[in-house]
Order: sequence, then structure tokens, then C-alpha cells
Amino acid sequence: MASDNAPSRFGHARWSEVAVLAGPALLLFAAFVLLPFVLAVGFSFTNVKLLQTERIEWTGLDNYTRMFALKLVDAPPAANETERAMPQRQWRQMKRAEPAGFDGYQYLTDISLGGRHYLIGARDPQFLRSIVNTFLFALMVVPLQTVLALAMALWVNQSFRGRVVLRTVFFSPVVTSMVVVAAIWGLILHTEAGLANQMLRAILGPDAPQPDWLGDPHLAMLSIAIMSAWQGAGFQMLIFLSGLQGISIDQYEAADVMGASLWQKFIYITLPGLKRTLVFVGLSTTIMAFGLFTQVDVLTGGGPMDSTSTLIFHSMRVGFREQDIAYGSAMTLFFFLFVLLLSLGQKKLMERLGR
Amino acid sequence: MKVRSSGASEMAKSLLHLALMLLAGMVFAYPLLFMVAASFKPGEALFTDLGNPAALLPDARWSLNNYRAVFDKGAVGAYLLNSGLIALLSVGAGIFINSAAAFALAKLKWRGQGLVLTLIIGLLIVPFEVLAIPMLLIVSKLPWLDASGLTIGWLDTLHVQIIPFLANAFCVFLFYQFFKDVPDELVEAGRMDGASALTIYLRLVMPVCKPVIVTAAIVLFLGMWNQYLWPVMTVHTAGARPVMVGLQQFFGRSTQWGEVMAYACLITLPVMVFFLLFQKQFIRSVVGAGIKG
Repeated sequence: MASDNAPSRFGHARWSEVAVLAGPALLLFAAFVLLPFVLAVGFSFTNVKLLQTERIEWTGLDNYTRMFALKLVDAPPAANETERAMPQRQWRQMKRAEPAGFDGYQYLTDISLGGRHYLIGARDPQFLRSIVNTFLFALMVVPLQTVLALAMALWVNQSFRGRVVLRTVFFSPVVTSMVVVAAIWGLILHTEAGLANQMLRAILGPDAPQPDWLGDPHLAMLSIAIMSAWQGAGFQMLIFLSGLQGISIDQYEAADVMGASLWQKFIYITLPGLKRTLVFVGLSTTIMAFGLFTQVDVLTGGGPMDSTSTLIFHSMRVGFREQDIAYGSAMTLFFFLFVLLLSLGQKKLMERLGR
Repeated sequence: MKVRSSGASEMAKSLLHLALMLLAGMVFAYPLLFMVAASFKPGEALFTDLGNPAALLPDARWSLNNYRAVFDKGAVGAYLLNSGLIALLSVGAGIFINSAAAFALAKLKWRGQGLVLTLIIGLLIVPFEVLAIPMLLIVSKLPWLDASGLTIGWLDTLHVQIIPFLANAFCVFLFYQFFKDVPDELVEAGRMDGASALTIYLRLVMPVCKPVIVTAAIVLFLGMWNQYLWPVMTVHTAGARPVMVGLQQFFGRSTQWGEVMAYACLITLPVMVFFLLFQKQFIRSVVGAGIKG
């Protein structure tokens, strides 16, 4: 075909030209994005390990059911309060009595419902805990970071001396690597000598509480959320700033004429004007929150007691450190589906809100 | 009288504002300033100073000992060189590979280009974490040919940290959007003169897209310099170790906080200085990356 060989103004380009220009990128995409993705999907239905000892087999949806499989049993009547307070031991005793029924299940938690006491086991309790932790982290960091970023943007959007310096200072953690940020915050949150606890002592006196910010299972995730919001808020601030540029000054001037207060202007003009930006920032922060890994890996290694183990941290622990490629792939694909749904939801919502 | 009182309240207001600015500025700048100050202090001084303003001030105990130590013990020099090479090569090659593909997609006509474009935009949404585990398997089986002959497996090398990231969907997209706005007449004029697509791309189009090149370079550089998960998975020997993994290891082993901070300074300051010099481009790139990516 002539059009495939001869270059012409409106015809097709030569295949050799396309190959030279687009070829390298397309080859690399095929080898390092498409192929690993297809492999991840394939692996997730098998029992492939990095160092294969058993025969490779199709295991169907087993890796996926393994994530969520639960087992609910009636707790044996407790002899006394102490025994009742140790459901994990009850679980172990029952498992010892009847190993077959508990095969592959580990203790997850206990629950009291309608006056009865149940023990719950899971095939991968760490995964379920990691999912809960990831949601908790998102619930903490998304509002924190969004509100912080909005406040910062509204502030540096005013005209005053030093606003550019302030904006630079707010943004500077964003260009600092998360590994570096984590190392510095590790010092700030140090139990005895860290700045956080020294400040508590300075304000509240020598009897001030001295929390173990990263070592207390109830606090560790909160500490990581505060640190992450501090690191990332400057970024969303800039997005809010560009959103604020889109609100016309006329609206504020009209409000001034009507004698509106600052708060009224914020509620009736700024917030509605930022609707799209808020949706964008909120959902993209959520997506980032679900990928939480580096901070955890540097600061806590998932501990204490799995309280900071996240979806990605657990899948990397399983897929990479424990070399269970198949199960690790299934978990990251679950993560992908989740992110995909969020992104599609974001797109739909943005379209509905219009320009 | 009235004027003066309103003047006084104005004054109080601006003082309050100044105080607020200082407080907020401290909250955001303190950790980084502290990192710099602590890197010059011995461990004990660092801890006694932590809770007071002295943490940020130089004193008689200041020295370069921590820096000397991280170069001796931490091999930070070699890691800086590794990361520098990785970033430089990735940015250099990445810009050409991605812009060339974008040019072919935006300015040439070929069958299947719509599908390819859709696929590339689709790739934007796939998180790296999903690809990491199978990719580890792939790179551990790939051959490599160099002066010492043919080897199998890319683990513990610099190229394992470069090649898989050269093609970057976001980068292609960035250039594609720019090329769409380059008038077709420019390309057609080149065609009339008998120039090949490659010549048009190199001689006519690339020279006019400096702003996008800067943006792409910043985004690619930050991504490569801050790489963490992938080198943790693929590099286990010191020879090819990048700075972030080096810091994580140093942080995990050392209790000499002054040294950890000196290390952190060394790997942060180059980026920070660069950021302060090219703030406008930096902010535009990072925000652009966030909004589109």
C-alpha cells in the first residue's frame, strides 16, 4: 500500500518512522508495565513462589478467599473472668482439641453478640488487621491533611508581606524525601528525649504524660498520620490555591457590599467555589493514603503488634520478604481494584460537578 | 483619638499575624532546620538541646565530625554517586524516549495510535506496587551484556534501577498534551522540505518545548532520587545502593543521631537548593504531576 510506504502530508506515516520514535517507549511499557501486570493477574490464581519447592498449580480463587476467609465459633463457657479475658488462649485450646476443624485458621478477635460470646478466626488475620489499619489511617490523614492544606491556602492567598516565604516554607516538606522526613520525625517522637515529649513537659510540667508515640499500638498510626499530613499538606495547598484563583473577585466584592462577614464569605462563596477542588484533593489524598508504605517501613516496620501494618506493607512482606509471589500479587490486585473504583468514582463526581 | 485607637488595634492585629506566621513557619520549618543544626553536633548535645531554641543554634561543640563519620562508615559518597548517576541517566534517556513516543502519537498518523494512546493513559492508573512483585521475577531472569560478558539477572545493579522506569506514562502524556498544541504547519513544512519524522522531531519540535522538558525533568528526577521500595527489593549489596536505602539502613543501625542527621542533610540539601533556585518550575511541575497523574 502506497500510504504505508510513502510519506505524504495527510496520509499515514512510514512504519519505520513510527517504530523508531515510539518503539523504545512501547517496548519498555510492554516489558515493565504490561507484562508484570498480566503476570500479577496470572500469579494470583496459582501457588507460585519465588523459590519454587512445590509443583506450580492453578488454585483458582484460593488466594482471594484466603484474604477474607473467616471462621466463627462459639466460645466455650468461661470458667471465670480471667479465662474469658483471654480469648486467644481459648482459641488455642479448641484448636488443640480439634485440629482438623481449625486447619489454616488463626485467631483474629472475639465478639459478644446477644449475650453469647464468639471467637473469630481468619486464614490471614494480619491481612484483615492491615485493611482495618489502612482505613483508619485514611480516616485520620485525609481530613487532617485536607483541612490543613485548605487553611494554608486561604492564608497565603491573602496579600501580606512574607506570604511567598510562608508558602515556600509550607511547601518545603513536599520536596523532602519521605525516608528523610521519617528519620527526622523518628527523633522528634523519641520517647524520652524527643521534642514532642519535651514540649509536653515544658507546658504541663514534670508530671506530663510521656506517650511512646511510635511504640504504643494505639498511638503509632496516629503519629504516622500526623507526620504524613505535615509532609504532604503543602502539595494540596498549591492545588487549593489554583482552585481559589478560579473564584471571581466580583462575588467577594458583592458580598462586601452586602456586609457579609468573613465566615459567611467562606461558607457561601469560597467553599462552593472549591467544590471540584475539594473532591479532587479529598479523593486523591485517599488514594495516596491507601498506598501507605514508606513511613511504616522506615519508622515502625508494621509494629507494634501489627498496629501499623498496612495493605501494601503486608503485601510486600508476604510477596517479597516471604516470597509468596502468588498471594502477594492477589493482595496488590485487590489494592488496584480499590484504587480503580476510587478513581472512577472521582471521575464521575468531577464530571457531575461540571467545570 | 479614634484614628489612633484603630491604629493601635491594627498594630495589635498585625503583631498577632506576625506571631501566627512565626508559629506556623516554625511548625513546618523546624524539622528541617533541626536536621541541619543537629548534623553538626555530637549526640549528647543534640539530645540536651532538643526541647529548646539551642537546638537550632551553633555552639562550641559544632564540628564536621558527623559528616566525616558518614563518609567513612556510611559510604554516603558512593551512594550519592549511585543515585546521581541513576537520576541523571534516567532523566536524560527518559526525556527522549517519552517525548519521541508522544510525538509519534500526536503528530504522525498510523493505524492503532488511538488504541496505543488509550492504553498509555490507562497505564497511568496502575500503581507501581501492583507491578513490583512480578517485576522482581522478570528482572531476576533478564540477561545483561557488558565488558565482563553475559550475565543473567539484573539484581544489585544500577541498570535495574533505571531501565524499568525509563518509559513513563505520565511523561508521555505531558509531552503529548504539549505537542497537540504545536501547529501542524510546523510538521508539514518540515515534510515539504523532505525531512524525516525523526529530523522534524529533533530539529523542529524539541527546541520549542523547553518548558515541558524542564517539567518532565523535575518530575522524573524527584521520582528517581526518592526511589525506595524498588531498590529495597532489588539491591542488597552496597555497590549499587541508592541514597534512600542507605539512609534507611543507617537509621536502622546507628544510634548516633548526629550522624543520621548529617546523612539526611547530605541527601536532602542538593534537592532543597535546587528547589529554592527553581521554585516556580518546581511548583508548576509537581502540581501538574498531581493534577494530571
